Amino acid sequence: MTKMVAATGNEAIANAMRLADPDVCSAYPITPATEIMHYFSGFAANSQVNTEMLLAESEHSAMSACIGAAAAGGRVATATSSQGLALMWELLFIASGMRLPIVMAVCNRALSAPINIGCDHSDSMGARDCGWIQLYSENAQEAHDNMLQAFRIAEHMDVRLPAMVCLDGFITSHSIESMRWLPESAAREFTGRYQQTTPLLDMAQPASYGPLILSDMYMEYRKAHEQIMCQVPQVVQDVADEFRRISGRSYGLFESYRLEDAEVAIVVMSSAAGTTKDVIDQYRDKGIRAGLLKPRLYRPFPYTEIGLALKHVKAVAVLDRSDSFGGSCGPLFLDIAGALSCQTERPVLVNKIFGLGGRDYMPEQARQVLDELLQLTQGAPVTSLKQYIGVREAAC
Amino acid sequence: MKTWQELPPGAIITEPGSSRNFKTGSWRSYRPVWNPEHCSQCMLCWIYCPDSAVTVRDGKRGEFDYDFCKGCGICALECPGKKGVKAITMTEEGA
Repeated sequence: MTKMVAATGNEAIANAMRLADPDVCSAYPITPATEIMHYFSGFAANSQVNTEMLLAESEHSAMSACIGAAAAGGRVATATSSQGLALMWELLFIASGMRLPIVMAVCNRALSAPINIGCDHSDSMGARDCGWIQLYSENAQEAHDNMLQAFRIAEHMDVRLPAMVCLDGFITSHSIESMRWLPESAAREFTGRYQQTTPLLDMAQPASYGPLILSDMYMEYRKAHEQIMCQVPQVVQDVADEFRRISGRSYGLFESYRLEDAEVAIVVMSSAAGTTKDVIDQYRDKGIRAGLLKPRLYRPFPYTEIGLALKHVKAVAVLDRSDSFGGSCGPLFLDIAGALSCQTERPVLVNKIFGLGGRDYMPEQARQVLDELLQLTQGAPVTSLKQYIGVREAAC
Repeated sequence: MKTWQELPPGAIITEPGSSRNFKTGSWRSYRPVWNPEHCSQCMLCWIYCPDSAVTVRDGKRGEFDYDFCKGCGICALECPGKKGVKAITMTEEGA
């Protein structure tokens, strides 16, 4: 029986980890991800999982221990946020370069300075090019479902790459939502068991991890990594299809909401998509053809599919919850612009920076953006390619 | 040379002892030269060599393994020699 419960995003993630029953979890506490390990260490203490818990002295050490455990042959999971992810940064490349399928929840939070614990995508966006898979979640249900699927995606024989499951700090991590648990046996059967192919602890077949690869071979390894990434979207879709059969919930590489006949559209990730959908419904009720595209799989970015899904729209605003300071646009905008660059027919694009450091994203902001897009469809010029919204500005 | 399609995932090495195939002797700019006449067989060079490039047979020090000696000079520094004359001296490669 599917059970309906009230749970926070962090509880949702911790329960997905419980169902996957990792061999090793190594973590270091950081707001707002700390609670995930609070819950999970309770599961471990009560023998609900067979997991070796390692409290490291920093996130750098936590990820190092995850790498060692994954190389040794274990199923490995962890969670972090913000500065913690930043401190892991050099290890992230090592985990992906060694093709170790570590699964990590990331509660998206702003980076210091100034210090701030609110939701912001700057942390995981800074890690977008480190060779990990990244999935983004709109709410607690999606966080739970993505976390369960992440084990299957990361550990898939054609993939063998680490995966991050991102959820909005506090907005999703700490808000209580109604959500549905899968039947335990179905979820456990879905996550299955993990079999490392070249475990370090297999004395009969010795293996060395982390050799020096010089300029004669390094580029070949990077090209191979890029090629593996190209195979990930198919695996993500296959795993989602299998998940639909046990859960009744459908997932794709991205979500299209009332987009098929849309003239104006917003592209936004994670929790802000929910608010935006409500506003789109209001505009549709007024007869305005508005739509939304919400990327789910952000790395690898499904360029072709997203380009095809957006090319018919007249004007699109890409909302970034992080910025690339200094003239360039936000990271999501750049990926969307790249996805559309090979389409002959394509929308006018603008970039909005919103919600930094936990600033609320309100329906009014979505309305402001949609109204500007409607003006663009009527021939108004783009006045600023990148603009901060929801920010106080002195009148000029 | 292997193409990108032929690489082992994650650069993992499954052949034990394969570092023997990676010869590092060409890195050397100074070459240690062993003179058995001044050698007391104290084995300090063998102990100190970071690359196991001092060969030993039947308990006796043999010639350097120049396929792996990087020319660091530690052996020459540590060598006590006989009567103050070192058994190992460094000479510039190609000089």
